[in-house]
Amino acid sequence: MNSSRRKVLQGTGGAAVLGLAMAAGLFKPGSAWAQGAAWNKAAFDTKSLNDAVKAMGGAAATESKDIAFVNTPDIAENGAVVPFTIASKIPKTEQIALLVEKNPNILVASFSIPDGTEPWINTRAKMGQTSNVIALVKADGKYYYAAKEVKVTLGGCGG
Amino acid sequence: MADPMRIRAKMEGDKVDVRVLMSHEMETGQRKDAKGAVIPAWFIQNVTATHNGKTVLAAEWGPAVAKNPFLAFKFSGGKVGDKVIVTWVDNKGDKRTDEATISAG
Repeated sequence: MNSSRRKVLQGTGGAAVLGLAMAAGLFKPGSAWAQGAAWNKAAFDTKSLNDAVKAMGGAAATESKDIAFVNTPDIAENGAVVPFTIASKIPKTEQIALLVEKNPNILVASFSIPDGTEPWINTRAKMGQTSNVIALVKADGKYYYAAKEVKVTLGGCGG
Repeated sequence: MADPMRIRAKMEGDKVDVRVLMSHEMETGQRKDAKGAVIPAWFIQNVTATHNGKTVLAAEWGPAVAKNPFLAFKFSGGKVGDKVIVTWVDNKGDKRTDEATISAG
């Protein structure tokens, strides 16, 4: 039995082991994982556009004609899968979010757009019922939005 | 371990067109089972896409993103043969990373 090895293991403890692991580069701060770990719970709990903007750290959103819903249906036959494409022409667009007014929580998804990535997003969302959908864009620190009504013939939440 | 993502990355002019199809239940936490008990929420919270170590898209999702989520976006600065890496993490801490090689348009 190698008793000196045991002593070393007992003596060092968890913190030192973690420190060694960090030094070895196993946990890189600022890596994709660290960035991905941020999730704005407060914003996802909100029920209105104003509250969502506030939870994201903004003051209020102004309506803008430079945000467009592309290829987004006026009538969705199946609320469980509604395709949305949002494009922003506002310079310095840094974030695009999708909100559905009558869903239990208004915020569906939020995308941060780094330099070099098009201010263009295509995804699919669930809609409980016919509702206004809102594209919220953060550009140069300010919030802008555009809204559109999408009619749902079959609900996507429970039903 | 969750099923792999299907990722397609293709040159479109000078931009890279990325399409990702994930395999995930995306349970809302609003539904009830046959006995009336609430089915707990289970959904992807974070999606990150990187190219050459640079984040090209970071997303925060709520439970209202559709089941088996689809996501498409475009970025510039990529070329044929480069890799695009996509990672998601769900609210139970499960995660999945997959990659695709950029193909000619």
